[in-house]
Amino acid sequence: MWRRCLLSGMAVWLAATSPALAFVAYVSNEKSNTVSVIDTDKWIVTHTIKVGQRPRGIEFTKNGKFVLVAVGDDDKIEVIDTATHQVVDSLPSGPDPELFTQDAAGKLLYVANENDNTVTIIDLEKRVRLGDIQVGVEPEGMALSPDGKILINTSETTNMAHFIDTATREIVANVLVDARPRYAEFKRDSSELWVSSEIGGTVSILDPAKRTITGKIEFNIPGLRREAIQPVGIGITKDGKTGFIALGPANRVAVVDATTHKVTKYLLVGQRVWHMAFTPDEKYLLVTNGVSNDVSVIDVSAQKVIKTIQVGELPWGITFAQP
Amino acid sequence: MIRWLIGAIGLSFVASSALAADPIDIRVGYLGQAGIKSKLSLVEQPSENDGIAGARLAIEDNNTTGKFLNQRFFLEEIRLKDGEDVAKAATALADRNGIIIADLPADALLKAADALRDRKTVLLNAGAIDDRLREQDCRANVIHVAPTRSMLADALAQYLVWKQWKRWLLVVGSHEADKLYADALRRAAARFGAKIVQEKVFEDTGGARRTDSGVTLIQRQMPVFTQGAPAYDVLVAADESEVFASYLPYRTWDPRPIAGSAGLVPTSWDAAHDQWGAIQIQNRFVKLNSRRMTARDMQAWTAARMIGEATSRTNSGDPKTVFEFLKKPDFSVAAFKGQRLTLRDWNLQLRQPILLVDGRMVVSVSPQEGFLHQYSELDTLGVDRPETKCKLN
Repeated sequence: MWRRCLLSGMAVWLAATSPALAFVAYVSNEKSNTVSVIDTDKWIVTHTIKVGQRPRGIEFTKNGKFVLVAVGDDDKIEVIDTATHQVVDSLPSGPDPELFTQDAAGKLLYVANENDNTVTIIDLEKRVRLGDIQVGVEPEGMALSPDGKILINTSETTNMAHFIDTATREIVANVLVDARPRYAEFKRDSSELWVSSEIGGTVSILDPAKRTITGKIEFNIPGLRREAIQPVGIGITKDGKTGFIALGPANRVAVVDATTHKVTKYLLVGQRVWHMAFTPDEKYLLVTNGVSNDVSVIDVSAQKVIKTIQVGELPWGITFAQP
Repeated sequence: MIRWLIGAIGLSFVASSALAADPIDIRVGYLGQAGIKSKLSLVEQPSENDGIAGARLAIEDNNTTGKFLNQRFFLEEIRLKDGEDVAKAATALADRNGIIIADLPADALLKAADALRDRKTVLLNAGAIDDRLREQDCRANVIHVAPTRSMLADALAQYLVWKQWKRWLLVVGSHEADKLYADALRRAAARFGAKIVQEKVFEDTGGARRTDSGVTLIQRQMPVFTQGAPAYDVLVAADESEVFASYLPYRTWDPRPIAGSAGLVPTSWDAAHDQWGAIQIQNRFVKLNSRRMTARDMQAWTAARMIGEATSRTNSGDPKTVFEFLKKPDFSVAAFKGQRLTLRDWNLQLRQPILLVDGRMVVSVSPQEGFLHQYSELDTLGVDRPETKCKLN
């Protein structure tokens, strides 16, 4: 009797504190070759989808009907139907696809192929390869400028951000950044481009118009050696005021004042934090922790870690459907 | 007319951009020895191009980057034959190349370094692991990319101690290099709290590596050789000369694991290493060279990549500029080891994690967790600043 009372009481409490809107996140698990589906209403994994080998880059299609996941060791990108949670198709990328980005219309997909120094362009409707762009050694990070005119690709051994004109598909500028650039992210108003350098241990701030570095975000965590600070994933709020940077084996996410480019706080998350995604209402930020096999939930306004969700082995990428 | 004018402006614009300017040519020499050291195991037999194959890949990588910076890289190889004058060869190579990657034994490397002392040639040591080259015999014009024996020994010792295999039976070969490795292992045991319960010397009595009679004799010899040892956890073999260590696994009197020159081996690189993006360089290497990548290949790749890093950051191919850049305190290079590699300013040795491999898999990577250091945990491997005997300049 007591127990039932307590349980129902808890259920009421849970319902009362749960967010008004429920979203669904898809997380790629690099080691277990699965994708975990997280419900942000209950903060639990509702489905685990079997995919190809070594899933990493993951993104919803613009219409929200499918999730694309790069399965690097199978040299392709798989298409998950979000209605059935099944892999229904695959796209012909180049060898070892890792990260990719789509144009605003959801018609073109740009894929970084680590193994042959190219960026591949895929027609999403016809599901065919349209062409390749030669870039530096080990292409990785991909970002499209908000107006869709410039595609950014970072190459990890060449240590550059390549600016590619999407109309001519030619490189128009190359900017040297610190060692092993892994991820690129624009501010919504195009005023800044952020590029994280995993081995260099910095995030470069670029002026997208001038195509030069205007500043750098540096990290300093007392008691932690410099080599352990390895920035990878980047998230910037829509208003362009706050940035979040995943610091890899430092097991922390840095909160950055996106105007002054100074770190204001370090949030302790799980081990080897890789990538992140905001809930569409931007209330929460979910980050993947590669070594501890879980996802940390950060309350964006409180700047606090509020929850940890167990997923598959070595979680890597994460994506939300945009409403 | 206007169209013509626009065309002309377009032309002059192209002409004034960097791509139309003369490219910067960076010429790198590779000085190695002819002939390869034979290994006991046929599958470990080094290729003729062991080492240089890695440099070739890095030159290709540098050229991919160079396309965007208008830099071109060239590699010239010289192999010394027995008795050939190394100073003369180094000088001749330096006449055409401002930067030289050397894969030479310690004495030859010192001769080359001294012959080039008054030039601005940069020498990168990608082969010799002798500690003395970074200590009493250090040279201000040599950067060491290869790890030292003491770094390798410390990397192994940290793991064995972590594993609680603290009682070692040390078996040492009878050649000079074996003795140097044994010195490094003794030092490592003392530093990290292992105990050498007994030392044995394995005399090299000569003879062929491979015989038609096969392993019959070895199977009788090795158990007897290791019989009667005091209680020990692991047999550590110092056999750089490839005389006996590879015969030890599965043949010791007591059932014990082997480490050092066979069994669990500390190394700067292994074909099985695939962490931290390493799979990408492994794939690139196999594609270019049709074989797998060795430690020597990786050391040469890293040396040539350091050159590429310096030329792209300084936008210069001048050897002096390259050298000054590499010696700066904030220089670092990415080499698929999970963290940045930097130079020790007191002896120009590249700091690096060391892999522990069993021939098929990477078992662990040192420094091990818990071995702390006030500056860099990588400095728990090898001779540290307070102990150094090196005086540059």
